[in-house]
Amino acid sequence: MLLHDTALIYGRYLRQSLRSRFALLFGVLMPLLYLLFFGPLLTGLSLGGRGSSWQLLVPGLLLQLGLFGASFAGFSIIIEKGQGVVERMRVTPVSRLALLLGRVLRDATVFVFQAVLLVVAAVAMGLRAPLAGILIGFVFVALLTVSLGSLSYALAMKVHTPQAFGPLINAMTMPSMLLSGLMLPMSLAPAWLDVLSHFMPFRYLVDAVRDAYVGSYTTDHMLYGVLVALGFSALAVTVGTRVFRTAGA
Amino acid sequence: MAVISAAGLARTFQTKRGPVQAVRGIDLTVREGEILGFLGPNGAGKTTTLRMLTTLLASTGGAATVAGHDLAADPAGVRRACGYVAQSGGVDAQISVREELVTQGRLYRLTKPQAIARADELARDLGLTDLLDRRTSALSGGQRRRLDIAMALTHRPKVLFLDEPTTGLDPGSRADLWDLIRRLRDEHGTTVFLTTHYLDEADALSDRLVIVDRGVVVAEGTPTALKLRYGGSIDASLQDTFLAITGRGPSPADAAPVAV
Repeated sequence: MLLHDTALIYGRYLRQSLRSRFALLFGVLMPLLYLLFFGPLLTGLSLGGRGSSWQLLVPGLLLQLGLFGASFAGFSIIIEKGQGVVERMRVTPVSRLALLLGRVLRDATVFVFQAVLLVVAAVAMGLRAPLAGILIGFVFVALLTVSLGSLSYALAMKVHTPQAFGPLINAMTMPSMLLSGLMLPMSLAPAWLDVLSHFMPFRYLVDAVRDAYVGSYTTDHMLYGVLVALGFSALAVTVGTRVFRTAGA
Repeated sequence: MAVISAAGLARTFQTKRGPVQAVRGIDLTVREGEILGFLGPNGAGKTTTLRMLTTLLASTGGAATVAGHDLAADPAGVRRACGYVAQSGGVDAQISVREELVTQGRLYRLTKPQAIARADELARDLGLTDLLDRRTSALSGGQRRRLDIAMALTHRPKVLFLDEPTTGLDPGSRADLWDLIRRLRDEHGTTVFLTTHYLDEADALSDRLVIVDRGVVVAEGTPTALKLRYGGSIDASLQDTFLAITGRGPSPADAAPVAV
């Protein structure tokens, strides 16, 4: 039943995404701008990592895409609450978990699609990386969007207006991006900033994807990245499920 | 036979300014096949009660059964037995009428062919056949309401909850909706539990009225019995009866005049 319901909800929202092709492409615009206008600044610098500057920047941009995209996913549910769609579905026997999973899996699909577009553009700009590493990067994008999407939907179920939701998300995403070293690696940071960034879960994800992009798949970074990504997903889906299960949320 | 029975059903919301008792204790029974009008001033707890009876909101006190299923112990059973149309309806503006109806069928666990057949059947029954391929945003208010109700009837529920179903409709659409509600009861034996602020509607449509105020039931009976008891005469308007019961409005006729 969970599978049936999740597939149903996934299909409904995927069709919704496909109806607005513009929004589908628009999401990739911000990381694309960084790629075009920020990426070339790094090519001549020594950034302390292995490989080219593109192998450092693109993993960060992929996670930036997931971070900003999935964090705002909850907006759609605030609109649907206003339309009464959420309550209409909640009076049917549909699995509460499926209402969450169908949505976050749709988001993961959309953001992995956008990530593919971004990588294609990056290859045109000069990125060269092993295929396995690039595929691993997409898996991390998927896990990140499932995690952040779940938390975003859970939060959106609790707040009543987009005006309350937007600033809250903004206040969380910007520091998360800066403190996890998405744009430039934290190996360049002074000690205090490096230490601080270890409290930011996305730091471990970006370190892992950067290793994958230079073909190192069995490093400590990769181990920590996988553990943090899986742990964070499990935690976020649990929180999301709780909120979706509670009646009246 | 009672299809809905509630005893002391209550809901307290915790807010920053302390607890708010939206519903303090509702006792009521609804007989099978009855059209029940659930009336009360704004903020009396009507929607909160409805949301509890449809499992959308957990109660904080009391108990209730709907179609033999206990609200707290068997919410899934309640969901299978009842349909609910919220004030705001509940369709996505960008989706076609057909897709919404079919998805609704699938949410009630019909197979795809069953859901498609059921969507056609509902569309025929509620006069939506020519509108099936329109987006729901292109429907008139009355058509939207018929779609909302069609969605709630997907699984042939024993009990249909309608929250202010005719608010915002023109007189013609309202009359159509009244006919539809009566037809549901007469042809399918559906029990209808509806809230409304239109007292002429409550009068014309309901077999029995339950009036709530400040979270408790303050009066119940047939429209005629209530008029006789609280309005003073069988010819009293339901408006005057309602105001007499809830104590909001002009002072009663026998009160001493303030100035002579």
